Amino acid sequence: MKAAPFEYSRAADIDEACALLAADESARVIAGGQTLVAMMAMRLARPTRLIDINRIAALSYIRAEGDAVAIGATTRQCVVERDALVAAKLPLLARAIPWIGHAATRARGTIGGSLANADPAAELPLIAVTLDATLSFREGGKTSDIKARNFFMGAMVTALPAGALLTGVRFPVWSGKVGVGFHEVNARRSDFAFVSAAAQVELDGGGACKRIALAVGAVTDFPVRLESAEAELTGSTLDDAKVLAAMTQALTGVEALADLHASAEYRKRVAIKLAARAVADARDHALGKKHAH
Amino acid sequence: MHAIMRWVRNMRIELDINGEVRELDVEPRTTLLDCLRDNLALTGAHAGCEHGVCGACTVLFDGVAVRSCLMFAVQAQGSAVRTIEGVTPGPGEMSVIQDAFCETHGMQCGYCTPAMVLVAHALLANNPEPTREEIVEAISGNICRCTGYAQIVEAIALAAERMRGANAPAELRK
Amino acid sequence: MSAEHHFRYVATDRRVREDRRFVAGKGKFIADIALPSTKHVALVTCPHANARIVSVDKSRALKMPGVHYVLDGHELAAATLPLMTGLDTPNVPRRPLAVDVARYSGEWVVAVVADTRAQAEDAAEEVDIEYEALPFVLDAEEALEPGSPLVHQAHGSNVLLDKTFVWGEVDKDFAASPRKLSLRVKWGRSSTVPIETFGVVASWDPWRDMLDVYASIQMPRYADQIGIALQIPVTSVRVHYDVDVGGSYGVKRGIKHTVLAGYLARRLGFPVRLIEDRLENMRGGDAHGPERLFDVDVAYDDAGIVRSMKMRALENVGAYAGRSPFQLGKPVGAIVGPYKINSVQYRAIAVVTNKTTQEAVRGFGQAPTNLAIERIMDEVANVLGLDTIEIRRRNMIKHDEFPYLIPSGTTYDSGNYEAVFAKVLAGGAYEDLKAERDALRANGILAGIGVSACLEPSGGNATFEALLNPAITTSTFMDSCRISVDGMGFITATMHTTSSGQGHETLVGTVIGEQLQVDPEAIRVTRPDSLNSLPSGTPVGSRMAIMLGGAAFHAANKLKAKLLAIGAHDLGIPLARAVYEQGNVHDRDTPSHKRTWADLVQIAFRNYHRMPPDMEPGLSVSHVYQVPNGSTLPTAGGRVQMYPCFSFEFHLMLLSIDPMLGRPEILRYRLGHDCGTQINPKIVRGMTMGGIAHGIGAALYEEFAYNDEGQLIAQTFMDYLLPSSHEVPAVDIFDHETPSPYTVLGQKGSGESGYLGAPAAIANAINDALRPLGISTNRLPIKVSRLGDMIAAAQAKKGN
Repeated sequence: MKAAPFEYSRAADIDEACALLAADESARVIAGGQTLVAMMAMRLARPTRLIDINRIAALSYIRAEGDAVAIGATTRQCVVERDALVAAKLPLLARAIPWIGHAATRARGTIGGSLANADPAAELPLIAVTLDATLSFREGGKTSDIKARNFFMGAMVTALPAGALLTGVRFPVWSGKVGVGFHEVNARRSDFAFVSAAAQVELDGGGACKRIALAVGAVTDFPVRLESAEAELTGSTLDDAKVLAAMTQALTGVEALADLHASAEYRKRVAIKLAARAVADARDHALGKKHAH
Repeated sequence: MHAIMRWVRNMRIELDINGEVRELDVEPRTTLLDCLRDNLALTGAHAGCEHGVCGACTVLFDGVAVRSCLMFAVQAQGSAVRTIEGVTPGPGEMSVIQDAFCETHGMQCGYCTPAMVLVAHALLANNPEPTREEIVEAISGNICRCTGYAQIVEAIALAAERMRGANAPAELRK
Repeated sequence: MSAEHHFRYVATDRRVREDRRFVAGKGKFIADIALPSTKHVALVTCPHANARIVSVDKSRALKMPGVHYVLDGHELAAATLPLMTGLDTPNVPRRPLAVDVARYSGEWVVAVVADTRAQAEDAAEEVDIEYEALPFVLDAEEALEPGSPLVHQAHGSNVLLDKTFVWGEVDKDFAASPRKLSLRVKWGRSSTVPIETFGVVASWDPWRDMLDVYASIQMPRYADQIGIALQIPVTSVRVHYDVDVGGSYGVKRGIKHTVLAGYLARRLGFPVRLIEDRLENMRGGDAHGPERLFDVDVAYDDAGIVRSMKMRALENVGAYAGRSPFQLGKPVGAIVGPYKINSVQYRAIAVVTNKTTQEAVRGFGQAPTNLAIERIMDEVANVLGLDTIEIRRRNMIKHDEFPYLIPSGTTYDSGNYEAVFAKVLAGGAYEDLKAERDALRANGILAGIGVSACLEPSGGNATFEALLNPAITTSTFMDSCRISVDGMGFITATMHTTSSGQGHETLVGTVIGEQLQVDPEAIRVTRPDSLNSLPSGTPVGSRMAIMLGGAAFHAANKLKAKLLAIGAHDLGIPLARAVYEQGNVHDRDTPSHKRTWADLVQIAFRNYHRMPPDMEPGLSVSHVYQVPNGSTLPTAGGRVQMYPCFSFEFHLMLLSIDPMLGRPEILRYRLGHDCGTQINPKIVRGMTMGGIAHGIGAALYEEFAYNDEGQLIAQTFMDYLLPSSHEVPAVDIFDHETPSPYTVLGQKGSGESGYLGAPAAIANAINDALRPLGISTNRLPIKVSRLGDMIAAAQAKKGN
């Protein structure tokens, strides 16, 4: 399984990367390569040129930016996994990262790579959608922003224009009595999820839900925010029965994926339950209770 | 039918392999795995799947276990690559970890073994007292079809115990 | 260990000498072999489940950089004979490259030879093949139906084998029994899938008329079949056995790869290397395992004693058949498992479909058969309200009933199943598991206990060949060992086959060291090539501990006898007074009167005047060992002594299922294992744990799944899921040793242990967990989604 021939360039900076991308419509950037190289080995991907962006320092960062944390596109997943700022400010991201692949793939895989790849079962797109992240990309000398909810359009399909370079992502930080929950189910521990669910809640002084963000992944072509459930649950104490009812209602119309690994019925049914579990965990986390996950 | 194949020139690169800088002439599409095996005759890294799942191709990349089949050799310039040949102390001489694998018979066919040994090296360099769960997690990205893992886990636990007793032996710094 | 040992080296905790080279990455695997001027092969495969090959246009491919040759099926077929098959099916020929018709998606159609593998793959994409898609059939039962598409038109049907055996008074026993039970059990298509794919390097020397073959091979009669297919004398084929094989567990029989590479090497004049990439391996390597549908009926009484069994085994062989249909025959040698079933009717049907061809897989059909037997035992227990262990106790052969003759004509050599049970159940283990299960259930978790009690036939005489194809009269199953002491007194022993991790070099050194009373580490063990070898049946059928161990044992004894004779003669004493001790020979009456090892070597090599009259000089011996007990052919009624020795395993596990996720987890696992004398306990344990891991994969994760278009959709490791360290729990193994009376050291085989019983125990545990919901499943693999859907449906029915 040897890749088809390609030319290789190392971009020294963002604009050089963009120029190379613009010059050849069959060129692709390579960062971690944990998905791309495998696809190339199977000849499912056949770029004529690979533009290596691993050395662009301006793309690798984790920093506080106002009420958000910004992460550069080529930041390694393992770096985010260990980062203290992320642990403190983006607990949902911190909770989800260890579920991505294996340590060996997180050692090389990047935040931007996973987002741009947009696998329906991937954890990072799910977290980005849940937290209303903003992705930035550069094209033809111009930087643009796009909300995560508008970025993911289909299985492995994003709104990133051809010739554009994803440069980073900003996750809003919630303050106050915040709790998170994350669940995924797969056949083996580190497989692609059949169903995943992410929830973040902020409780008020009385324990009622001031704010909630909730999404499921791997059920459809791209992560789905359960906005009707969020509306339903805001202001409530998030009791289990109400949560379950809200999940059931929110997922009623959803047409779930079916494949070798899981049926559509399974995905839909378990999505409801996992989403409920994620909300319950987030609630308990915010209340300061210990919970198992 | 596919787009006309273009003839791609080889690239000249310099790789840091087991502490030595090697000058190489490779196609961009040559993976680090194939470069190690075919260009450098370092055949301890093995091809099992060539799509990044089985882990038999594992090498240490700046000290971290990675899949060498998921990297093109041209990308490896500027980083330190360490293979099984680079953690073996000398001809016929085994490291504490390698010896522990022999003590517990943590292998059968030997195909996944160099990768397992390297993962053990990386684990114990950062975590000298791993729990059984931590060892299981560390090797979970490496598939073995022979052993059912029990004797591999025991090998790493034994190596950890021996290394703790020996006050951080020199080969950890290799 | 249970037995009291008087061994010096056997059964002691010794390192496996092969491990040294592996930890350093210095194994010699096929991809490590680099002959000068080697060229590389890539395959062009058929995308259709069944298709006529209308035309092949090589012209663009031949213009690609580095390309030397493009070979199609017609050219290869004109120059070679079809590959050997086991059954008599001349209208179902098998060749490395498809001829006129490609019969499964992934079948090899054209081979491209280029300077590098990458260039060969580039050129393979440029071969233009026009296909005419044909109707296809994927399901074995559909393949049996009259209107089914035919995989091989000339054969007239899709049935390769349909043979029924009746051993004992089955109808009478059924009529006389108050109760009957029927069950359908499906073993899904999986395989042992080694991490190293199959590879071969073939090199032809026209000046010596020699084809050198290096391969990642585990196969009897490999050199023979190469010579036959290529139509060259077998003495022109030199297989190098010193290639380390990266796992095989039965499947690495790449004869089609080898004939292809061998032909190209002879045709083109340079060494040719064909190493499957993972896609070629999964789709077209022809290494899939059994896909077997059982319909089992048992007749039993109110006490749960199973008196008679009818079993129909329908095997979906794939598009071609080499040896694989014989996997229906081997289980005949243990068809009743460890139970005293009085009579058996067994119908074996092998059908072809448009799926990838199968190969021999660990156990050669025994694991699927054990699944069927153990499932139905549990169902009988369920109907009667009997405990799952009690039903087995009641039916099991007792320790004082050995040797035990089963209805199909095989005698089980020895066993003590009660003792193995006692060890596994010691200290209230079963009660503890039940308590734990009940506590889980009380917390809303589905939980079940599963057991299996299975035999591991070992010794590997392949009389299933004669059983299923009476034209075959093979009753010779041998292995061999040569020992030479050189003029300096160093010992070299030879073994005559490849190994894939079983530690055979260690086995040989240990056994010879034991007999000669010398340190095994001082014994060099080598593997000569096929032209310098004595016969070997190769590591199949869990035979090597018995057969190679036996050959080494006898060879060592011959050497010892020679040393005694030389020593006695030179000491001037009668042979009866000569005592051999650690390489020296002394006078029993006057121990100080002796000849040392060095003396004996001196005499043998340099002092012929001191040798016994007419004795051969030097110290070389060899032994070719026939399988103990198993040299007869089947009777007309199909009764036969198959394998000589029977190891035993008893699995006991506690398993939980998250009812919402449908995901099973093995919580506790106890295994009792009896393989007689364990020549090397570390090796035996490794085999068992590895077998368990394979079994977990087959039961829960692994499946070669096809879609409705006949495409293999699990063709990479992203979809064909191999158990990682997370999926294999800790297992407490309790060893027992009931020696075999037939083997030199009481050893039995252990190469298939764990795999033969784990899937059955897991299936039983899952069914026990599901029982409170009133549902069951008898189809492997039991995947998370299917289990989750089943549980949800049952809960909905119950109004949960």
